[in-house]
Amino acid sequence: MSTGADTPAVQVDDVDMVFNEGSGGEVAALSGINLTIRAGEFVTLIGPSGCGKSTFLRLVADLLTPTAGSISVFGQSAHESRTGQDYGMVFQHAGLFDWRKVKANIELPLELRGWSKADRAARSAEMLDLVKLDEFGDLYPRQLSGGMQQRVSIARALSFEPRLLLMDEPFGALDEMTREHMQSELLRIWGETGTTVVFVTHSISEAAFLSNRVIVLSPRPGRVHSIIDVDLGERTPDTREDPDFFTAATTIREALRSVGGAV
Amino acid sequence: MNLRQLRQRASALGPAVVVGASGFALWEGAVRAFGISEFLLPKPTSIGAELLAEWPVLRHAGWETGQIAVSGLLIGILAGVLLAMFTTRFRMLNEGLTPLAVAVNATPIVALAPIFNAWFGITGTLSNQAVVIAVVFFPVFINTAKGLTEVHPDEIELMRSYAAGEWTIMREVRVPNALPFFANALRVVAPLSVIAAIVAEYFGGPQDRIGNVITSSAGFARYDVAWAAIAVASAVGLALFAAALLVERVSMPWRLAVGGSDSNNNPGREK
Repeated sequence: MSTGADTPAVQVDDVDMVFNEGSGGEVAALSGINLTIRAGEFVTLIGPSGCGKSTFLRLVADLLTPTAGSISVFGQSAHESRTGQDYGMVFQHAGLFDWRKVKANIELPLELRGWSKADRAARSAEMLDLVKLDEFGDLYPRQLSGGMQQRVSIARALSFEPRLLLMDEPFGALDEMTREHMQSELLRIWGETGTTVVFVTHSISEAAFLSNRVIVLSPRPGRVHSIIDVDLGERTPDTREDPDFFTAATTIREALRSVGGAV
Repeated sequence: MNLRQLRQRASALGPAVVVGASGFALWEGAVRAFGISEFLLPKPTSIGAELLAEWPVLRHAGWETGQIAVSGLLIGILAGVLLAMFTTRFRMLNEGLTPLAVAVNATPIVALAPIFNAWFGITGTLSNQAVVIAVVFFPVFINTAKGLTEVHPDEIELMRSYAAGEWTIMREVRVPNALPFFANALRVVAPLSVIAAIVAEYFGGPQDRIGNVITSSAGFARYDVAWAAIAVASAVGLALFAAALLVERVSMPWRLAVGGSDSNNNPGREK
């Protein structure tokens, strides 16, 4: 097993996913997916509702098993990757536990891995600093705003330094201003940690702003329609007003139009 | 709790004290003014006098009935929680048992007291205890099972992404998620256990309990004594309700921090 620089973060070969296979209500969610995501990349999946974006993420996470084909994460099977806790996951619903204080939420994956109390405390402090919530460790999640909760959720996903971060529409429930702020924060964190990110969204501007590559999926069954490289250099707030940013967004929009279906 | 909070708490109780005291005054005044006979409605002062005069008997009866209520409460809670945890692990069992439990819970279980006497004996305390256990068990089981299963799917996926097993998910997610549901059940069954114990005592069991004091005093037209026994019973019920609230506060500090734990009776969490 090689995990050198050349080993892709995620390698997907000929993956099909059919739900309810063999019963009357078969649903083909994904068909013939081939994809290589390089280590350190920021890749966004975009497509109309029902194109299987979230299903794809759950296959990589080994929360679902593909009907056909294979998925490897850093050279290991998706299953080995999950049991080895190789990736962190962030959902649209922040999914923080009400009964745990903010820092205890961040420490949960560390607790499950048997870290000592002192090590956990040191790491959660570090993570709170990373997401700029140093003051809030001793509060309960419900005492924080939606954007802050999602930052805690990201801190939790990164607490054990996974090489891969899977994000399923993490900013979907946030208002526009908070969302833009969170996007910049995520890029800063990505820059600081060097983690590979696979990000699912249905926002064109979000995809253009965040990613190195945008993967456009077509619906029912989901297939890779096109892969769009986005090269905007280092992102700043001004990037959003850059002509290149609009060009990238337009390219993505046109790809989505040719795919059809409601985004 | 600091002094300011204590003062706020005390002043919040003010209206209740005023309303309660005026209620008693009105009662006393009405009985005197309209010359209502004591066997229909004794004056609060007569009830108070009997409470003092019969205190050794009433104290003993309250203590004994309280023991039946509390022991039945604890056994019923334990059985309800354990069965809820067990059925949660086996979905088929849960889906089969829950509707059944809801149906049984809708039947008046205290009505079974005479039958329990036949099963467990009329002279001992076992049949009375069995009534309390049966009354407590179903609400606890139904609510706890609901809290253990109604977990956001993302939270289960998150735990699975950490390669957590079923037992870890139970401990870290399902049990804390079920606590508010359990607490709601506790608020209901704590006073209910006293009611169940007394009703069961109407039908049998040892003769030195609250239920028997009420029936025998009423039989001898000593309504003031019966009322005094009822006062003792409600004190026991209130004490158990207060204990339920205390358990709720101690077990869920996060609800206090967020605020509104007393007024917010909804166990569901914001998603």
